[in-house]
Formats: sequence, structure tokens, C-alpha cells
Amino acid sequence: MPDVPSLFYTFHFYLFGLVAMASAVVFVTRRSPVSAAMWLVVVMFSLAALYVMLDAQFIGVIQVLVYAGAIMVVFLFVIMLLNLGHPAELADARGLWWKLAAGAVGLGLVAELFTLVRGATAAPYTLPAGYAAQQVAAEGAIAPVAGPLFHEYLLAFEVTSVVLLAAIVGAVVLGKRRADAR
Amino acid sequence: MERTYFPVLLLLGFAAFNAVAMLALSHLTMRPRPTPVKQTPYESGIPPLGDARERFSVKFYMVAVLFIIFDIETVFMIPWGAHYRELSCAVPLVAGSCPAGQVSFFGLGEMLVFIAILLVGFIYVWKKGALQWD
Repeated sequence: MPDVPSLFYTFHFYLFGLVAMASAVVFVTRRSPVSAAMWLVVVMFSLAALYVMLDAQFIGVIQVLVYAGAIMVVFLFVIMLLNLGHPAELADARGLWWKLAAGAVGLGLVAELFTLVRGATAAPYTLPAGYAAQQVAAEGAIAPVAGPLFHEYLLAFEVTSVVLLAAIVGAVVLGKRRADAR
Repeated sequence: MERTYFPVLLLLGFAAFNAVAMLALSHLTMRPRPTPVKQTPYESGIPPLGDARERFSVKFYMVAVLFIIFDIETVFMIPWGAHYRELSCAVPLVAGSCPAGQVSFFGLGEMLVFIAILLVGFIYVWKKGALQWD
């Protein structure tokens, strides 16, 4: 992110932000789960573009590879497993009260966002203007992530492998049991 | 910043142009003579059986979940590989290389621990036969 955003930068920031928000609204209002999932892909891609614009290029690439790629594959497989049938035959399970409750939660989150943006952030959580861009220019896009990850957060990194191991065992235990029961 | 992403824009533009041009050219040059056989959805050259909306086996889901997990594992290897020179040196690099006698196995060791833990999972998956289709 440049210190003084150029018109080009500002235009694209709002463009991707609007695309992300509009796609998110379309995503939650679709009847067909498959087309909802496709709109979610658009949201993920817009978020990746915003990450790149905030000088988090590595996170942007991972967003596309992992979220728009791998996670969406699993969402689609779940939809195929459930076999929800044709969208026209689907009864809308979302009653009026559910819609109101979801709207209230959404409004609450928007209010929280506004408070966070308008309020002063505590000093340990802020970065000087243009700090990320300087780091990327000095060390490249990956080193600012890799340095802390493999030094200060080494324990968290190693614990991640245990979390992944738990996910592997969980998937095999649940998946194999159902496959064998057939 | 605008300059550095210009090649990406070029690539996107070229890909979009190619896709549109292929569809447009085939539409412009074709002479439509539809037959019922031609109108059926293409399914590897055999007549389609039943509806596309049928319940899929849980085995597909197993493969997808295992794919994600090992995909995430690779994601951690990318920053490790990009940062490996710094990680295998006990002191900060001098002019892009490690001073003599300061090479350490810290970087190699931490990734070996990470992979060893996930290897347990891989062996478990293999022994349980989760990679086998039947």
C-alpha cells in the first residue's frame, strides 16, 4: 500500500471491496447450493486481490490456492454427498425468524467493524504507514512471514502438524466407518 | 506497484481473449444441424446414464479432505524453502551467504519434526487403506 494512495490504487481497492461484498450478498441469497459455492469463489478471489493490494502477496496467493482451490472442493463434495436435488424442489428452510436473527447478527458485526475502524487501535497492534511495503521491498514477499513463523512462532508451527494429524485421523475414522458400513 | 502487475494483467487479458475467441470463432463458422444425439450432454463418448444430480460416494469426500490436509502441509513448506538460507545459519547472513563455521541445522531440524509428525498420519492413512478405492 503506497503512503499516499493514488487514484489508481483507491479505485481498485473499492472495486475489489465492492465485488467482494456484492458477491457475498449474492452468495447467501442463492437457492442452488452449487451456484452459492461459485459466488463464494468470487468472494475469495476478491479478498485475495485485496491482500495483494495490502502488500500481503504471499497470503493472497495462499488465499487462492487453499480457499478458492482446496476448501471449495470440499464444499462442493459436501453438496454432492448430501444430494440436495434440484434447486426448484428445495423448500426454503430459512424462515422469517431465522432471517431476522441472521440480519441482527450481521448488523452487530458491521457495528463492531465501524467501532474498530473509527476507534484508536492500541499501539502494539498498529504498524507505521507503508511498513509492509518497505518490508516487502527489502526482504521479498515471503521472508516477512517466514522469519517470525520459524523463529518466534516455532512452537505454534510444530503444533500445526499435530492439528493436521488430528484432522487426518478424524477424516479416516469418520470416512472409513461409513464406507465400510455399506 | 501498477507497473509490476502489468504482466499479470496481460496474461489475464490474453486468457480471456483466447476463451472468447475460441467460442466466438466456432459459433461464427459452424452450420447448426442439430440431431437428438448431438444435443445430449457429452459424457466421455458413452450415452449418459441417469441424472447428474445423484448422491456421490463418501470416498470422494475422503480424497478431498486428505488433499486439503497435505495441501496445507505444502503451504508451510513454501515459506520454509524460501527462507532456508537464513534458517540454516546461526547468525544473520553476510552479503547473502553464511559466514564460515556458522551453518546450523536448525532450519532442517524444525521441518523434519513437522514432516515426521505428518508422516505418522500418512502411514496411518496408508495402513487403514483410506487411499484404496474399495
